Amino acid sequence: MLELREITVNYGSIVALHEISLKVEQGDIVTLIGANGAGKSTTLRTISGLLKPGRGSILYEGEEIGGEPAHKIVARGLSHVPEGRMIFANLSVQENLMMGAYLRKDRAKLRNEFDYVFGMFPRLQERSRQVAGTLSGGEQQMLAIGRALMSKPRCLMLDEPSLGIAPILVKTIFEKIREINKSLGITVLLVEQNANLALEVSHYGYVLETGRIILHDRSEALRANEKVKSAYLGG
Amino acid sequence: MSQFIQQLINGLSLGSIYALIALGYTMIYGVLRFINFAHGDVYMVGAFSGYYLGRWLINSLGMQSSVLLLVVVLVGAMIFCALAGLVIERLAYRPLRNSPRLTVLITAIGVSLFLEYSGQVFFGADPKPFPALIPDRLISFGGLTFTNKGLIVLGVTIVLLIGLTFVVRKTKMGMAMRALSFNPTACSLMGINNNVIISFTFGLGSALAAAAGILSSLNYPVITPLMGLLPGIKAFVAAVLGGIGNIPGAALGGLILGVAETMIVGYGDRIHVPPSYRDAVAFVLLIAILLFKPSGLLGKGTVEKV
Ligand SMILES: Nc1ncnc2c1ncn2[C@@H]1O[C@H](COP(=O)(O)OP(=O)(O)OP(=O)(O)O)[C@@H](O)[C@H]1O
Ligand SMILES: [Mg+2]
Repeated sequence: MLELREITVNYGSIVALHEISLKVEQGDIVTLIGANGAGKSTTLRTISGLLKPGRGSILYEGEEIGGEPAHKIVARGLSHVPEGRMIFANLSVQENLMMGAYLRKDRAKLRNEFDYVFGMFPRLQERSRQVAGTLSGGEQQMLAIGRALMSKPRCLMLDEPSLGIAPILVKTIFEKIREINKSLGITVLLVEQNANLALEVSHYGYVLETGRIILHDRSEALRANEKVKSAYLGG
Repeated sequence: MSQFIQQLINGLSLGSIYALIALGYTMIYGVLRFINFAHGDVYMVGAFSGYYLGRWLINSLGMQSSVLLLVVVLVGAMIFCALAGLVIERLAYRPLRNSPRLTVLITAIGVSLFLEYSGQVFFGADPKPFPALIPDRLISFGGLTFTNKGLIVLGVTIVLLIGLTFVVRKTKMGMAMRALSFNPTACSLMGINNNVIISFTFGLGSALAAAAGILSSLNYPVITPLMGLLPGIKAFVAAVLGGIGNIPGAALGGLILGVAETMIVGYGDRIHVPPSYRDAVAFVLLIAILLFKPSGLLGKGTVEKV
């Protein structure tokens, strides 16, 4: 469904990604793990059109999307929940969700997505009129995911959904990610520093180290891999 | 007492003009984070487009001074300036989207000078009498007498403010405008083409400036290509006073400035301030707000949880 072929990305003279290739099959949860500064966010930002690849190609549903502006890529059904969540703190929870549905033409059917998101995160429904900036970190993450779902994506990219969130909530959020994948059939590309969790929910994994993919395999296999164990799973 | 109320109405009516211009400054600042110094000149362009449209309607179509004429000229000038605003943004500012802010600011000053001096070339530098769009009337009740024009200015402004509030709070475009002022990157990730929202904002702000140009020309029916200079600066002060980027703040700042100026003219000599100091009021307010509450009356330091 999504494929990167030898993607190189530079920030000025710094090379952040060196000829990255990866593949996300339809219906899978694929994870990209790696240490701070490995280039995980850069990868997602390049796919979603926030950054332009220096070289290489990005195929989504068989079409080249590399270098296309971000707003056009969303329209293709590829949605990105960015690192740090980036919710609109000055808008209400409900307005944030409506912004997520900005491109939807079938506005009469929006009710379904609202119901789905509120069903998944009842906390958001209780606070739907509240200004989003007053939500807790965990609630903001729920909102960021809910907002991305409002565009009815076929593929969802999540950048560190566990960042700065209490452990119990992290568990809930990962359950929801699995549910989104199972019940809605949305393909997921998940970036995480918490490799344990990420390899648990995902089907396939890639390990990124200083801008290079050094390893990729089925997630169970990665969890058993000695190198991954010592470097990312805490021994 | 009755004189005070009359002064207050006069002040609000003057303040309406500042408020309408200030809204454009603040909305454009919201989406692009720069002060569009050419905005006062859009107000001038509004007045001139009303001048030509009004004269044409009166001389060629034989329309009489009436509410209808006023409405037609008002709407016509607003549409014309909205388009002018789009063109200015497209030609002057969009190519500089990724340039340093100073470059954009200097360009805005350039656009301002361009409009002022093109105005002198095309319209002539001599003052022009603005056509009487509506007959003069005095309206009195409760022992108070008002000019109909002062009340019309106030009334039209209220209608425009209500319309603007609706657009900003309830429509998809308005919501996107607020979202864009908070986080442009996140907007792109929602599928929003930020340039469309920026164009829309320029159009909206310029239309309001045009309305201000027409309304103020009702009361002071002499227009010149440089007429936007002082109101432009004062409206900028009003926007800062209310909190730059804050839409209700701009309206409030404008009204406060208008009332303060009128009160200085009316009562200033009681505190040994001659009426000729009216133009200094804005700058005293600017210095005061920058000293005591730089974020403005309604502006808040941004809170963002990470
Ligand atoms: N805007 C930028 N300008 C210059 N260098 C950048 C920029 N953003 C990221 N980098 C650099 O690119 C490299 C990859 O950064 P990236 O944000 O993709 O890492 P990451 O894997 O997401 O890390 P983290 O887990 O900390 O989020 C880092 O060395 C970083 O310093
Ligand atoms: Mg990152």
